[in-house]
Amino acid sequence: MGSLKVKLCGIELDNPVIPASGTFGFGYEFAEIYDINKLGTFSFKGTTKDPRFGNPTPRIAECTSGMINAVGLQNPGVEKVIAEELPKLKKCFNKKVMANVSGFSVEDYAYTCEKLDREEQVGWLEVNVSCPNVHGGGMSFGTNPEAAAEVVSAVKKVTTKPVIVKLSPNVTDIASVAKACEDAGADGISLINTMLGMRIDLKTKKPVIANKMGGFSGPAIFPVAVRMVYQVYEAVKIPIVGMGGVAGAEDVIEMMLAGATAVEVGAANLISPTACLDIINDLPRVMKKYGIENLSDITGGAH
Amino acid sequence: MKDLVFEVKENIALTDSVFQMKLAGDTSEITAPGQFVNIKLDGLYLRRPISVCDCEDGLLTIVYKAVGKGTELMSSMKPAEKLEILTGLGNGYDLRVSGDSPLLIGGGVGVPPMYLLAKKLIALGKKPGVILGFNKKDEIFYEEEFKALGLDVTVTTVDGSYGVKGFVTNAMERPYTYFYTCGPEPMLKAVYKASNTEGQFSFEKRMGCGFGACMGCSCKTITGYKRICKEGPVMKKEEILWEA
Repeated sequence: MGSLKVKLCGIELDNPVIPASGTFGFGYEFAEIYDINKLGTFSFKGTTKDPRFGNPTPRIAECTSGMINAVGLQNPGVEKVIAEELPKLKKCFNKKVMANVSGFSVEDYAYTCEKLDREEQVGWLEVNVSCPNVHGGGMSFGTNPEAAAEVVSAVKKVTTKPVIVKLSPNVTDIASVAKACEDAGADGISLINTMLGMRIDLKTKKPVIANKMGGFSGPAIFPVAVRMVYQVYEAVKIPIVGMGGVAGAEDVIEMMLAGATAVEVGAANLISPTACLDIINDLPRVMKKYGIENLSDITGGAH
Repeated sequence: MKDLVFEVKENIALTDSVFQMKLAGDTSEITAPGQFVNIKLDGLYLRRPISVCDCEDGLLTIVYKAVGKGTELMSSMKPAEKLEILTGLGNGYDLRVSGDSPLLIGGGVGVPPMYLLAKKLIALGKKPGVILGFNKKDEIFYEEEFKALGLDVTVTTVDGSYGVKGFVTNAMERPYTYFYTCGPEPMLKAVYKASNTEGQFSFEKRMGCGFGACMGCSCKTITGYKRICKEGPVMKKEEILWEA
């Protein structure tokens, strides 16, 4: 039998499957159902400097083959994540975890990353640059190559662990943002975050979610994600974590062929709590079907 | 929580838009009245959360109103069809604090969870009183089912076409030791104001996952942020913070 192992920024993963931030909490809800040590790793709930309740509800809208969410980064803040969530996680997960970080200023990002970088269980920092920059007119850091690079430089100065920058797809030229992050010292790129979307309720004739717009995810966005991973693979040399609508083992293979070293699974976890486990269990069958011996060999195979 | 396959045994209309579905399968994860299940439906991305109306060994009863794509699809299902269901979700009602004669107040599709609650309270030797609120006579369901449990049942209708005219709160002037309620939010607020004991409220909110992962259904309470699907749907009176 071939191998599912891959290496992400110097750390070996038993398999490339990683539950995406915001769909897996801090792991323990899922640990009630299966042994989450079977995962490659997972990216924990987006953490900010200060505690956040997030947006008003409703925060969720259904779409054809997907959903929109506008949770608004609800999290207890980095101090509580370190004091309360990580000790709980340690009891059910014995691998390195990916720490997902958000911020509203360059200083926020650096502050939160520096704290999490010191935590032993944190293997990677995944920096979500899709948040609005409160000092930069509210435009997302991720929509501007210079702003994204500024975040990366500031985070790299205060951390020792691999920094993976999570990019927004809501841009004209994703490759230029990825390249700017690489040039600023990023160790990896993950993409795509959710696409900006909206639904309107025909009964009330108003937007379904309180925030009006939100992040569209699910199988409907998979082709967009594959395209963007493919484009970024041509633009950078650092490893890519592909995500966006991945729902099955075939999707993992396709994402890797496009250029991903590892693959995150998001919305699927919310529909079926065992989605990632099911994908991992199904990978050997799909690999055999397509004549793949070692998964680590196929990254970028479509180029 | 378990993700399981159930088989439809019965799916009948109780009113023009309210249906009762009986499902056979493993019900071992359903441990308290007031819990809910989350149902996967062909062609729809998100599951549909529906409260548990009754649960006996291996037989789950849900009563739901066909109001949208998902519940309309469910209403057309036939016996022997299969459904994938996440069971045993949410906290459910705490029965230990009921006293001898608690009041159960259900409004519209908030009536179903009161049924299993009534059965469990009776099994504990309690004598619950029941108030069921509806808009009008032809929307009434489960009055006979509660009466068959030997309970004193008061039905209220907003238009006065049956029972006590008005809202459930028009029938609350009586002695009771505690109360449990489920229904539309304006009704819950009215019960909150009209009640003179402690009690428990079951809330409804648009959910993503239904098991605590996505934070889609969060709310603020006096004791901090809670997820309706995980720390709820049942909240104690003293922890509720009504949103404006």
